[in-house]
Amino acid sequence: MPTARTYEKILTALFWFIALVIAGILVAIVGYIVWRGLGVVDLGFILEAPRRAGKEGGIFTAIIGTLYLTAVALIIAVPLGVGAAVYLEEYSRKASRFNTLVNLTMETLAGIPSIVFGLFGFVLFVIFLNLGWSILSGGLTLALMVLPTITRTAQEALRSVPVEYRENSLALGAGQWQTIRRVVLPPAWPGIVTGVILSVGRAVGETAAVLLTAGSSLNMPGSLSDPARSMSVHLYILAMEGLSLEKAFGTALLVVVLILIINFLANLSLRRLTGSIRQDG
Amino acid sequence: MKKRLWPGAPARERLMEKILMLSAAISILAVVLITIFIFSRGIPLLTQVGVRDFLFGLTWSPTRGEFGIGTMLAGSLAVTLAALLWSVPLGLMAAVFMAEIAPGPIGQVMGRLVELLAGIPSVVYGFFGLIVIVPFIREYLGGSGMSVLAGAMVLGVMILPTIINISRDAIVAVPQEFREGSLALGATHYQTIRRVIIPAARSGIITAIILGMGRAIGETMAVVMVTGNSTILPDSLLSPVRTLTSNIVLEMGYATGDHQAALFATGAVLFVFIVILNLAVNLSVKAGARNADS
Repeated sequence: MPTARTYEKILTALFWFIALVIAGILVAIVGYIVWRGLGVVDLGFILEAPRRAGKEGGIFTAIIGTLYLTAVALIIAVPLGVGAAVYLEEYSRKASRFNTLVNLTMETLAGIPSIVFGLFGFVLFVIFLNLGWSILSGGLTLALMVLPTITRTAQEALRSVPVEYRENSLALGAGQWQTIRRVVLPPAWPGIVTGVILSVGRAVGETAAVLLTAGSSLNMPGSLSDPARSMSVHLYILAMEGLSLEKAFGTALLVVVLILIINFLANLSLRRLTGSIRQDG
Repeated sequence: MKKRLWPGAPARERLMEKILMLSAAISILAVVLITIFIFSRGIPLLTQVGVRDFLFGLTWSPTRGEFGIGTMLAGSLAVTLAALLWSVPLGLMAAVFMAEIAPGPIGQVMGRLVELLAGIPSVVYGFFGLIVIVPFIREYLGGSGMSVLAGAMVLGVMILPTIINISRDAIVAVPQEFREGSLALGATHYQTIRRVIIPAARSGIITAIILGMGRAIGETMAVVMVTGNSTILPDSLLSPVRTLTSNIVLEMGYATGDHQAALFATGAVLFVFIVILNLAVNLSVKAGARNADS
């Protein structure tokens, strides 16, 4: 059937074309931002504070703001997320009502739009707990947003640790928590780290929720109760208020490069997870 | 591995179990608190204005105390549907390509590219849209460029990773016997994909589309930067619109009193949308599990 074969050839070509289109979209976006941003970014851009609302100078305070916000989010979310994963995987029964409820609410958290998190963070942290627009309010809000990612990746990492590890440790007389800490967590660590790295990416890129909870002050934050502006918020304000296209490209470039590095590290760490378990087993 | 602790377990063991349980309970607490706080701020205004007038009223004029989000509801739906219209077919074909057609290494490279696409922050997409897509539309299609179309283009790219990843997983999960059986009956590879694999992966594909839709409705930064944000009913792909999410981020900075409450009510509407879509996903996953059993 020559016609059928021609038809299939055309289809194959179409599929390859679509793959190229998708690769092309990515290359176009990243390439364009790198191309336009490269001339803007130099050491001064990174290390100088912005002047005249960001029209001049660098974005140093926004970089510091991003660091603070991300750090606060991780310090809160990592122990909670890993703890939740350990409880779900190692203690509670899979079919228990508690387990189902936690999984359901984690899914819900993962699906809630960032602007709704922003509203929530605003009314709970900024107003109700009287933390004001601050790094603490922003970090707490971000922590809730990245919690599902950290929990889910940690759960997967724990699941990939062979049951024999636990049985051997328990058989030797170790307690359950001892077993988890000394035997189960170490090989799962790279997987947990992957989730943490991915969360850094989410925290760095988040804009709407940070804008509503951490404010958009360009001053250098001195403490956790000071307001701050993240790089993403800075990019939004520069572009929306037409302050400086040039600085916006520079900021966008730094954000994109950061995301590329984060993505690379996450993959690296994921590969170490499979590696560590294969070697030990 | 779900051993009950023996009665004489050291106190530390029992303490740790309690601590871990509490950290697992945080997500429940968070969802409850989010629901309470968003609704308690929004509902008083909703009852004052009336649910129908709030949802379908076409005048949004906070200074005159008129709170109708009808135009924004239409805006969100228009942008989301237009994005799905091109993104779903493209994403599905990409998923089929990665799972069934591409040689291994190419499939892996595609996987990495899609991951990167998912990792780029929405504000960067919005910025790209504002600088490249909006002027392009203004130049070649007319209008200001700030439009449903610009929003749909940017949003479509942003939901591609969701659609591709989930439907690819569903396609990969189709048992190998299905393929072999179909090929043994003399079907070609493409006939097998169309008649056997896609139908078998249907529930996963539906899940992918629903989650993509949820992402599109909830997306804020990318949309607010490219759609122009006028509170009018969109009458073409080129008319400017404001979405529910944009409304919140644009006005939260200075809103007070009833105005602020109206923004919380807008957030509550969004929240309800997302919960409904989540329920739909759960149903679709369950339907998929039933299919696999039978």
